[in-house]
Amino acid sequence: MNTPPNLILLFVILFNFFILGTSRLATCIRSVALQGALLSLLPLFLHTSTFHTYLLAGGAFILKGLLMPWLLFRAIRQVRIRREVEPRIGYIPTLLLGALTTAGAFIFGDRLPLLPAHLHSLFIPAALATLAAGFLMLITRRKAITQVLGYLMFENGIFIFGTLLAEAMPFMVEMGVLLDMLVAIFVMGIVMNHINREFSTLNTEQLSLLRE
Amino acid sequence: MLLYAAIFLPFAAALIAVLLPSDRLRPWLIPVTALIHFSLVLQLTATPTASAGSLIGLDALGRFILFVVSLLYAACSFYALGYFRCHADWENRIFITALLTFPGAMTIAAAAQHLGLLWVAVEATTLLSAPMIYYNRNRFSIEATWKYLLLCSVGIALAMLGILFVGYAGLHGGGEQELLLDRMLASAPLYSKPWLRAGFVFLLVGFGTKMGLAPLHTWKPDAYGEAPGLVGGLLAGGLTSVAFLAILRSVQIMIAAGEQALVRQMLLALGVLSLVFAAIFVIRQRDIKRMLAYSSVEHMGILVIGVAVGGVATYGAMFHVLNNALTKGVLFMTAGNIHRYYGSKRMCETQGALTVLPYSASLFLAGFLAITGSPPFAPFMSEFTILRGMFAGGHLALSAVFIGLLVVIFIGMGGTVLPVAMGPHMEEAEEATDYRETPLTVASPLLLLAAVLCLGIYLPEPLRLMFTEAAKLVEVAP
Repeated sequence: MNTPPNLILLFVILFNFFILGTSRLATCIRSVALQGALLSLLPLFLHTSTFHTYLLAGGAFILKGLLMPWLLFRAIRQVRIRREVEPRIGYIPTLLLGALTTAGAFIFGDRLPLLPAHLHSLFIPAALATLAAGFLMLITRRKAITQVLGYLMFENGIFIFGTLLAEAMPFMVEMGVLLDMLVAIFVMGIVMNHINREFSTLNTEQLSLLRE
Repeated sequence: MLLYAAIFLPFAAALIAVLLPSDRLRPWLIPVTALIHFSLVLQLTATPTASAGSLIGLDALGRFILFVVSLLYAACSFYALGYFRCHADWENRIFITALLTFPGAMTIAAAAQHLGLLWVAVEATTLLSAPMIYYNRNRFSIEATWKYLLLCSVGIALAMLGILFVGYAGLHGGGEQELLLDRMLASAPLYSKPWLRAGFVFLLVGFGTKMGLAPLHTWKPDAYGEAPGLVGGLLAGGLTSVAFLAILRSVQIMIAAGEQALVRQMLLALGVLSLVFAAIFVIRQRDIKRMLAYSSVEHMGILVIGVAVGGVATYGAMFHVLNNALTKGVLFMTAGNIHRYYGSKRMCETQGALTVLPYSASLFLAGFLAITGSPPFAPFMSEFTILRGMFAGGHLALSAVFIGLLVVIFIGMGGTVLPVAMGPHMEEAEEATDYRETPLTVASPLLLLAAVLCLGIYLPEPLRLMFTEAAKLVEVAP
């Protein structure tokens, strides 16, 4: 239980709660980035140390730990927001929901038919809990930028699961996935800038002109 | 070799578009690229190539989808010339670069033999279409773009999870770590069933979001409604076909694993639900482009129902992919012309288009008849084939529901299209714009409609062979 991957995953789950509970936008971005950076270390412990593993870990670290937060900070600088996260429902209820989904992830993860090597490890529960936390962020936050953060947490959850299958992904494809994500965040940043210019706010509740 | 040329050509053209300083010359890159791409694709479809063990290669399905996409793109490219002539003073560098890269990403998706690569290409198409949807640069289009970007990105992320689940199913089945399609198909019978089923559900939800199956279609009316007509046609005809291909890839794996029953149930449920949603929202729809978006939801439903029924209906579904793509091209481009003339896409403000835009409005009307399955147009033939498959399979209740919903959608769409085309002409809108039909903005839809008509009357043997071979790969009937 006390192997390095499990320790990393434990921290990742703790970060989920911290992100769900924090009210400062900048802290939020830094925590998601730190979570991603921690996750990028996982392949190093999991697989034999080949060139491929180092590249995957390095690529993920640069992207999740450095480029993403840089893009997001640039985006909030452009639209000049530093203030709160503006949740649709309060922090305590969100945290309670997060606790519930995490407990569910642990219970559910135990029932899945897993390979003996992955039994009783934190991989599956951590992946599911992070996915759920990402969804919570997407649903319960009003600002466009926090929705992007939710999407990033969601991707982090998928990354945890993906490390189990890293050998099936050729290097080109892996880099393609990471590049796609980077471009996605870049495009989302631009769109956020334009939303702010058109509506003078990043509150997505304003985005309700198109309806039947 | 040809395949690599077809992939790199659009990227090279996009690079030229970025570097080219002139806004006036840049649009010419589109038809040139499209025609070369289409001629490459024609050669590719004529000479089948094996692709064991490589990331990229064209099997029957990929070849077929690539043909559809490239044909539609080539036909739309002339309209693009006319479109940019109307907006000569608009900055078009980003738009045209995205538009030129678009077929490149779709070619990769069609040729991908590795699920990861397929994912990368489909996500790339999402990102490329975002700036195209936002081209009108107003409040409405930014809202549509944001919804499209966020919903499709999250949807595609779910598809990634599905791919990983299917990969884990292989690992659990005692196999190697493998995401290459042909090797997965070979080892699929050994896969761990629970993981495989869960993976399929995620893949269906993920790529289903991209394809616009109800209830995952909510981005569609907004995005298609606000995007320029050209982009709407490419999304509704091309991109949805690529997303359909992604779903078919997962269906292939499920069939190889002997899980036809689940595939059939899930596809039928989503398909019928799509028809129901389309029928509800198409009635009294006041916005012609949103109406077309719901029609697109309907046809996505028809496609998955065809695959779910199996037998001759699978062949019908393949035929319908082509018909849907071509007819949607006609409808969106002519709707774009009407929109541009009146400066509105509300039904009440665009009445009597036949008197002022005789070509566009009559093509719009004919396109409406075609897409709702009136003979002698090709969609009638493909829908009838799907229906025949239902009867052959003994799905009588399903075919009754199918026909009933198609009739409702026909009436609903007619209630919007007929006043727009034939209603009393409105005087005050006359001097609103100086847009006139040009040969360029009419030729593309005319060409596509002629193709739809010809295919309905006579289906060339090579095409029939292509559909049959593609259908063979996703046959769910035992």
